[in-house]
Amino acid sequence: MKKILVLGATSAIAEAACRLWAKRGDALFVVARNEERLRAIAADLKVRGAADVHVAVMDLDDIGLHDSAVREAARVLGGLDLAFIAHGTLGDQTACTRDFSLALRELNTNAIGVMSWLTHLGNLFESQGGGTIAVISSVAGDRGRQSNYVYGAAKGAVTIFMQGMRQRLYKAGVNVVTIKPGFVDTPMTASFKKGVLWTSPGVVAAAIDRAISRGSCEVYVPSFWWLIMTVIKAIPERLFRRASL
Amino acid sequence: MHGWGRYPRLDCHATQPKTAAECAHTVASVGSLIARGLGRSYGDSSLAEEVLQTRYLDQMLEFDAGQGLLTCAAGVSLQEILQTFVPRGWFLPVTPGTRFVTVGGAIASDVHGKNHHAAGSFSRHVSAMEILLGNGECVIATPTQRRDLFESTCGGMGLTGVILKASLRLQRVRSSLIRVTTVKAPDLQTALYEFERNESATYSVAWIDCLARGRSLGRSILMLGEHANEGPLVVSAAQPRSVHLEFTGALVNAFTVRMFNALYFHKNFRATRSRMVPLEPYFYPLDALADWNRLYGRRGFLQYQFVIPKEAGPAGLRGLIERIAASGQGSFLAVLKLLGRGNGYPLSFPFEGYTLALDFKAEPAVFDLLRELDSQVLDLGGRLYLAKDGRMSQATFQAGYPKWMEFEAVRAKYHAHGKFSSAQSRRLGLQ
Repeated sequence: MKKILVLGATSAIAEAACRLWAKRGDALFVVARNEERLRAIAADLKVRGAADVHVAVMDLDDIGLHDSAVREAARVLGGLDLAFIAHGTLGDQTACTRDFSLALRELNTNAIGVMSWLTHLGNLFESQGGGTIAVISSVAGDRGRQSNYVYGAAKGAVTIFMQGMRQRLYKAGVNVVTIKPGFVDTPMTASFKKGVLWTSPGVVAAAIDRAISRGSCEVYVPSFWWLIMTVIKAIPERLFRRASL
Repeated sequence: MHGWGRYPRLDCHATQPKTAAECAHTVASVGSLIARGLGRSYGDSSLAEEVLQTRYLDQMLEFDAGQGLLTCAAGVSLQEILQTFVPRGWFLPVTPGTRFVTVGGAIASDVHGKNHHAAGSFSRHVSAMEILLGNGECVIATPTQRRDLFESTCGGMGLTGVILKASLRLQRVRSSLIRVTTVKAPDLQTALYEFERNESATYSVAWIDCLARGRSLGRSILMLGEHANEGPLVVSAAQPRSVHLEFTGALVNAFTVRMFNALYFHKNFRATRSRMVPLEPYFYPLDALADWNRLYGRRGFLQYQFVIPKEAGPAGLRGLIERIAASGQGSFLAVLKLLGRGNGYPLSFPFEGYTLALDFKAEPAVFDLLRELDSQVLDLGGRLYLAKDGRMSQATFQAGYPKWMEFEAVRAKYHAHGKFSSAQSRRLGLQ
């Protein structure tokens, strides 16, 4: 039985991952803002076989609450084997261009808040001397593109922040896993037209679980995104600036 | 958007609410809508300009292991239930021929399975449901509390409100294996006799060759099933792989269907044989082939399922099958079953008699044939299954479902008029 803290447990990918862990009989501490949905998900995880499910309703952007929330989860579960950060928003890039306060909100949720969680979790896991911290970043963080560079900048910042933490915590036996999903069919992407590159939260969740158990560092999900992003990153800026991606 | 038959198609706007509160918001903010689960009804019952998809309302909420009572949100699929509960020794009380339907959809179509003669339809095992009404109110309906709403919602094609939650009694099984006995019947009379003779079988269904004529008319293979007393408790996890193929329709024609049927019939050499099989190939043979609905090509297909009273049985069925065989149209898969007593709910399909289901490619000639079959079915006192329908006329509907006015009265009482409607309900003249 693993003891798992999930932040943003109402996200479709997090819910799918929690279902895998619940089926295995793990104990979960799930955190999210939408109470109605979080309670339904917690009940579901219990029916599916979770050893225990604890619920905390909070605004994950509220940095002042992070330290106590992390301690509370560790206390209730009796330590943590895994912390999974899955919350995020995909803002309207065009609106962010016109109004920086919107961009700031996106950056707070997707980057600053996550870094705060990572800091508290990193310290806890370091003192425990083991465990795994997994975070959903994005392929969008690999290169800035006009269509979503606010989101991309936030995810890119998280990816780099985690690279540093990974080195630092390696000595303590703590693994830090960066997940970079491509296009996933979730409520966050409900308005997008879906094509062959799209995948389901269930597929992404299974890949996340695999990456965690293997002790991977950075993974693209599905793995073909590694190839796509390698090609995209190799395009010189001089050419890339003309592209309409 | 389209149903499983890929005919007809309609431009739909879909919302995917994540909570009951969001459902209520959707219902309040649009003119009229229809709920949609996994889109496995064949025709246009889940099509409307506004569609409320239940894909994110897929949480199981409570399980009482003493009674086997599962309470879940309406978007939970039968596949999820099997995955979770078969390993614990529980099985669905009633299951249709695919596990990729939601609990909400199973109630709305009041689906039946191979055990209908003994276990009744799906709704017999539903002890309660929570329904979002057209006025935004969430109410509980059970077989005793708001009985009229409960009975009209079972088989009511989503037209009474949005089913949000349901409590379902699962059945205990010792093994996931099924002991299958196949019985070869060289003609219709033998097939019907075998159904009667095997009335005590837990599950029974027959594959029937609707193209065979003359002495072989109605030749069938009965597949009887019993839950094994021992063996593993497993169910496959793998989702069938999608074959992103669009056939032009060339794969299904009179020749291939005739060949398939002849081969299928003759591959069973002995008259009777028994063997153990996992539950999937027995209950869900077509689920192994994801997207089998694409085999009929771009234009899609129509599934035609009727039930006729038992008294009308042999002669009535013979007349219908003769008409189908003479047309040369018809499908790989035609399924015959002797249904048990119906529940008398206004729009619930099953009643005691013979039901036959078969596919037709959606071609102009087929519509004429089906209109002829409609009148034959009605003359025999039968009706068509709404979950399979994408074309029947208002008159055919009203004649087959004489309690439709009672259904409309319940809808009026519970604020459904003008709020819940589908392409099908409008075609059938429901408000």
